[in-house]
Amino acid sequence: MRSRSFFRCILVYTVLLGAGNAPAETLNMNLNTLQSVGKEGFGNSAATVAWQEVAACNAGSIPTILSSIDGNSPLSANWIRAAVDAIASRHKTLPLNDLEVFLADVQHDPRARRLAWELIQDRAPNRAEKIIRGMLDDPSVELRYDAIDRLIRKADREKGSPAATELLREALSAARDVSQVKKITSDLQKIGDKIDLQQHFGFLSSWYVVGPFDNSGGHGFTKVYPPEQSVDIQATYDGKDGPVSWHQFLTADPYGMVDINKAIPGPGDGLKEVVAYAFTTITFPAEQVAEVRLGCKNAWKIWVNGSLLFERDEYHRGMRIDQYQLPLKLKKGSNALLLKLCQDGQTKDWTKQWQFQLRLCDATGTAILAVDRRQTPLQEEAEATHGELLAP
Amino acid sequence: MTSKIYEMIRLLSVAVFMILIAGAGDAQSEQPWPSFQGPHGSGATTEKIPRSLSEENIVWEKELPGRGLSTPVIHSNKVFLTCSSGPEQNRLRVLCLDAIDGQLLWERQFWATGRTVCHEKTSVAAPTPCTDGRRIYAIFSSNDLVCLDFEGNLIWLRGITADYPNVSNSLGMSSSLVVTNGVVVAQVENDSESYVIGIDATTGMNVWKIGREKAANWTSPLILNPGVVELQSKSGIDAINVSDGNVLWQYDAGASTIPSSCRMGNILFVPSKGLTALAYDPKGQKRPEQLWQSSRLSPGTPSPVVNGETVFTISRGDVLTAGNIESGDRRWQLRLKGPFSATPVVSGNTLLAVSETGFVQSIHFDDEQGEVTGSLNLEDQVLASPAAASGGIFLRSNSRLWKLADVNQ
Repeated sequence: MRSRSFFRCILVYTVLLGAGNAPAETLNMNLNTLQSVGKEGFGNSAATVAWQEVAACNAGSIPTILSSIDGNSPLSANWIRAAVDAIASRHKTLPLNDLEVFLADVQHDPRARRLAWELIQDRAPNRAEKIIRGMLDDPSVELRYDAIDRLIRKADREKGSPAATELLREALSAARDVSQVKKITSDLQKIGDKIDLQQHFGFLSSWYVVGPFDNSGGHGFTKVYPPEQSVDIQATYDGKDGPVSWHQFLTADPYGMVDINKAIPGPGDGLKEVVAYAFTTITFPAEQVAEVRLGCKNAWKIWVNGSLLFERDEYHRGMRIDQYQLPLKLKKGSNALLLKLCQDGQTKDWTKQWQFQLRLCDATGTAILAVDRRQTPLQEEAEATHGELLAP
Repeated sequence: MTSKIYEMIRLLSVAVFMILIAGAGDAQSEQPWPSFQGPHGSGATTEKIPRSLSEENIVWEKELPGRGLSTPVIHSNKVFLTCSSGPEQNRLRVLCLDAIDGQLLWERQFWATGRTVCHEKTSVAAPTPCTDGRRIYAIFSSNDLVCLDFEGNLIWLRGITADYPNVSNSLGMSSSLVVTNGVVVAQVENDSESYVIGIDATTGMNVWKIGREKAANWTSPLILNPGVVELQSKSGIDAINVSDGNVLWQYDAGASTIPSSCRMGNILFVPSKGLTALAYDPKGQKRPEQLWQSSRLSPGTPSPVVNGETVFTISRGDVLTAGNIESGDRRWQLRLKGPFSATPVVSGNTLLAVSETGFVQSIHFDDEQGEVTGSLNLEDQVLASPAAASGGIFLRSNSRLWKLADVNQ
């Protein structure tokens, strides 16, 4: 034990004297090593050694180290943030001014900026509180969340006053987190505000649906039915129980829920061991980066402009808004979205659901609205499309 | 300082670090709690469980910065614990506390790289970490796997969902880790993409990867002997050699996907057709022999535990049943105040069970009967199984960690 303590002392001494003042090129070399980690543990061995040296740096290096997260993989970001944690835990004093400058630059990685703010918050809570006030529209989801939370709490304290209403409206326009939006919406609706949540989140409400096709034994998930080869809204296909055609289906649900059991009504608790497809188009004036965010508790596949984006073979385990976040590039003009939606043969009450909700947004969750987006349907308008054939 | 001198110091630092890594695994005199079911995979401990309970038995309690169902892992008087925080539980935390006084020694945080969706009752910090006495290995429901040394230095990281994008369960993943013979075994099984992965404990690289049945599975692997690990699934049991992932033997009569197996000596107690006892060859060269099967010992959510000649299960109806490990015959039954998610812990003739409402019950027993001799209401939801080491029993909720001990010893 004594010899281990001795070695530990030497390590701490050499690390503090040496690596703590690491030349910039050495630090960059080590950060490059951490940035280079890849899948299945690729680069881990080199990263283990590099991490020790980065973690031994002085507190003054933290902004440089944080900036190395920019543009790099989530895995390398975790290596780098753990080094920052280690440095910060050794130093009572941190370069708060430099961290604030780093935080103010929204070009930096949102997670790195959030970490900078948390370091400021830990050492100077009042300073962090002042900063967060101005972060309602921040690209960091977490910073934005806390800024909005502050407004919500302030509105709660001034409940019933005109000032509280204005605070809530300001909070809603910036809010992207579902639980925050639900809370704000609930308060504003009580005083008569009309809020279009479909538009706020960017849910797609207008679809064409066709089915049912056969999914006996779950084999329909891999079976290629005609809509996967090409979509023709006027086409009629051989379905599980006879010819099937595309139906138009609109949803008025505030959170864009598309209930396939309403689009293709079945007897009793709905159809079982079946497949349906949902199709829509969205038009944009220019190419852009976006995320498709999908919630679905049934097995599904999604194609964008004919290319498979992702697929998942899981039934009735759970569902939430933004359950799957799929980055993609949308092209200029019309983009085609096709979903395959499978229902299995389970018979319990909670396995009846056959539904999805899909939205388009950016990385912060801000809605991206297509130029040809249909206005959010009224309830009566949506109900008129339930289970009706488009055309013979 | 010139670059040359700096380079010398840098190399010296690395050399000293490697020496420390190599020498850090000294045997400890205290018995650790290195993984979900304790040092022997039985849920049993040599720590004394208080027969009577009151607030005086709380040695310390600590507020936690996040949620979690994982069991604390204890080694060298250090408690290692995982939590998750944030609106979407995207912040993954590994804490190290002093087991004696509860002081926070260090914390490391990570961002989830996999999906964090899970049932509201569970959390992203559901699986229990493990340790080999040198490093701590922690996995989360997002399938982020981190390896740290006991000082909080990051050794390696993996993002298993980043590696294999359909490895996730929308109800949440919960299979805990084990490490043996330098291989960390991660059982990541679900409806869409399932594997068991043997990962080099030093480098975090795959040693092997086995494709598994596409079916949700929340059970945890269990070390049968050094280098041999048991995997439970709805198909049954596979015993594998961790050096190459090859299957040594199988039991194919099906098994539960929620409570996990436990073992005593070379007998494995499997939640299968009630409870099934299998005598297995320590070298894995023969098929196991079924000793008995008992529907009266069917476990609910908590896993069975075993100590001495008795195996214990808690049923869905909150009945604690004691069975003879040789015959499977029921020795006695006792209705407890439930419901239960946490696996109990047993020491000598005392068993400690904690309900989902945080009601801790101490049960004293002999071969003929069991009796609740003490209780303590922690007034918090407790779903995590207790751990025992460093002179006490450790319990955690979504917000607190407690150390309980026998004040009379």
